[in-house]
Amino acid sequence: MLLKADPTFYPSPKLAAQAPHEKLAYVVALNPRGDGKPDALLVVDVDPASSSYGQIAGRTEMPNAGDELHHFGWNACSSALCPYAAHPHLQRRYLIVPGLRSSRIHILDIKDNPRQPKIVKVIEPEELARRTGYSRPHTIHCGPDGVYVSALGAPDGEGPGGIFALDHYTFEPLGRWEVDRGKQYLSYDFAWHLGYDTAVTSEWGTPRMVESGVIPEELLAGKYGHNLHFFDLRKRRLVQTIDLGAEYQMVLELRPAHDPTKAWGFAGVVISLKDLSSSIWLWFKDGDKWAAKKVIDIPAEPADPELLPPILKGFSAVAPLLTDINLSVDDQRLYASCWGTGESRQYDVSDPHNPKLIGSIHLGGIVRKTSHPARPGKALSGGPQMVELSRDGKRVYITNSLYGPWDKQFYPEGLDSWMVKVDVNGAGMALDPKFFLEFGDLRGHQVRLEGGDASSDSYCYP
Amino acid sequence: MSDGLPWGVLGVLLLLGAYHGVNPGMGWLFALSLGLQQRSRKAVLWALVPIALGHAIAIALTLAVVALAQLEIQFTTLKFLVAAILFALGLYRVFRSRHPRGAGMRVGFRDLTVWSFLMASAHGAGLMLAPVLLAPVLLTPRMQGMHHGMHHSMNSTAPFGLAGIAPSLLALAVLVHTLGLILVAGAVAILFYQFYEKWGLGLLRHTWFNFDLLWAFALIIAGAAALVV
Repeated sequence: MLLKADPTFYPSPKLAAQAPHEKLAYVVALNPRGDGKPDALLVVDVDPASSSYGQIAGRTEMPNAGDELHHFGWNACSSALCPYAAHPHLQRRYLIVPGLRSSRIHILDIKDNPRQPKIVKVIEPEELARRTGYSRPHTIHCGPDGVYVSALGAPDGEGPGGIFALDHYTFEPLGRWEVDRGKQYLSYDFAWHLGYDTAVTSEWGTPRMVESGVIPEELLAGKYGHNLHFFDLRKRRLVQTIDLGAEYQMVLELRPAHDPTKAWGFAGVVISLKDLSSSIWLWFKDGDKWAAKKVIDIPAEPADPELLPPILKGFSAVAPLLTDINLSVDDQRLYASCWGTGESRQYDVSDPHNPKLIGSIHLGGIVRKTSHPARPGKALSGGPQMVELSRDGKRVYITNSLYGPWDKQFYPEGLDSWMVKVDVNGAGMALDPKFFLEFGDLRGHQVRLEGGDASSDSYCYP
Repeated sequence: MSDGLPWGVLGVLLLLGAYHGVNPGMGWLFALSLGLQQRSRKAVLWALVPIALGHAIAIALTLAVVALAQLEIQFTTLKFLVAAILFALGLYRVFRSRHPRGAGMRVGFRDLTVWSFLMASAHGAGLMLAPVLLAPVLLTPRMQGMHHGMHHSMNSTAPFGLAGIAPSLLALAVLVHTLGLILVAGAVAILFYQFYEKWGLGLLRHTWFNFDLLWAFALIIAGAAALVV
């Protein structure tokens, strides 16, 4: 029992940006080999003063094999201080870790030993399906009144995908969240503007469309997601859908402004059917309506077909494949991961309508295979993918695996997984030469930082 | 005495109102955040009106129920009943805290009234006041005289305590309590609003005693008071 609020809860993003330096990072790691061994949650030492800096400090294996751990999140965060449902007696103590393929949800307790999280509860896929009608749980957000989870689809592999909530105390699935989903069918990520009672959802594909790799025919036919949906967070009803155009395939990561008085955010689109480019869109409130416009274009790069995987050979170009973006807690910097070209980009978004590219780092990439300063000369596979930021915006952590079957499609020669750290300073971005973690047989995916990070918390005060 | 409530009782009601007012969960924090969201001090003050109204309705309803119950139930039984409910609610709140679902930040007058009513009811705010109005100082002067001599034979069905108080005095009690609430909640919310750039809510982070826990103890103390008075 606490006598004051969890110290990692911050009422406002401004205060969160003053949070102390994180010492541990949690990284989900999948086992791609199908050898009957499970995925794991890894704990990485990110304390520069520690002798095991940049190394794995702990590991918790999942009870079953084949989960495909992907995204995960906290049971509670700064939104617990929201005034209408304030419950500062909650603690940031449990990690909710779903298997994207198995639909099994693990609850891990980090309190007793933060380096050795303990599995305290497992929600089996059958129970999830029975209670919510959903399957393939993806994004986790700690909300003011419960833990919200998005799901890619239904247990049969089709749609609709959507959102369900877990009880804040028991973690029991509470059922389908949407009262009226309108025409929303595909699902992927979700985010919210707590100050506007608005939830935003994005679209990838149904489980059938993604689980054996991207299906080229359906991609070329524009069948993957290209809409943004806006829901009334209180009434749980769809209020508006914005179609970015069928050309813009796979609207994935959503990063809303942290300041609850700002009604805008960024959405990343993986690929344009016209020219293989990636794009970042700004959604914003325009009077009573929501609007979206393309603010960043990242072009494909011409390449020798010999160097390209079968799926890209015909195009003689390597697509940037923007798979993740992240927005700093102060809403000033946007980071974009180009998994195909192997580039991490930094944008100044102090004017979100006119982002300026101010930094770039190359690492890996389908064609470039750029090496890391810690291993000069070693060609790297994969490219910057999941990107997470410290709350003060000074450290960026990046891993390179996307999703088992897609890794194989775009990096058919194999993907050796790594994690790097980038220091952000006045001059832009610089790779930390002392931080190059190789995962060996596993592949690192999403990173969560101890105490919270740039995408884990939402706030009710400016 | 029959012309109004004794100053002591009014003071306790006012203080309890102030206590409810300082609890971030009873409304000042909500009013503040709505004001910050709209960048308007007026919005802070406006929000306090429905918050006070909802709180007052919750208090009035609880006290009315206790008063009506007194017509049917023996005074001693009622005292024990009120005490038992207070103990149970207090203990429940020590070990478990729930919060409302389905609220949000885009709320109008009615939403805020309902929210405040629910918060006050769920937290037993009205019940916390009941022991004050069950206090023997509120008995008629004749009963008051008997009280000193015959403390242990008080459990007759004679109408005293709440049922002995005219509805107008009950209304006065609710009003005074709500006044305490709105003054303190308003002062805290406006203070935070004025100095938000300088203080932020950092102060709240470090001093936010677990009000739910403190509240739970207050309920238990109120339960004990119900037995003692």
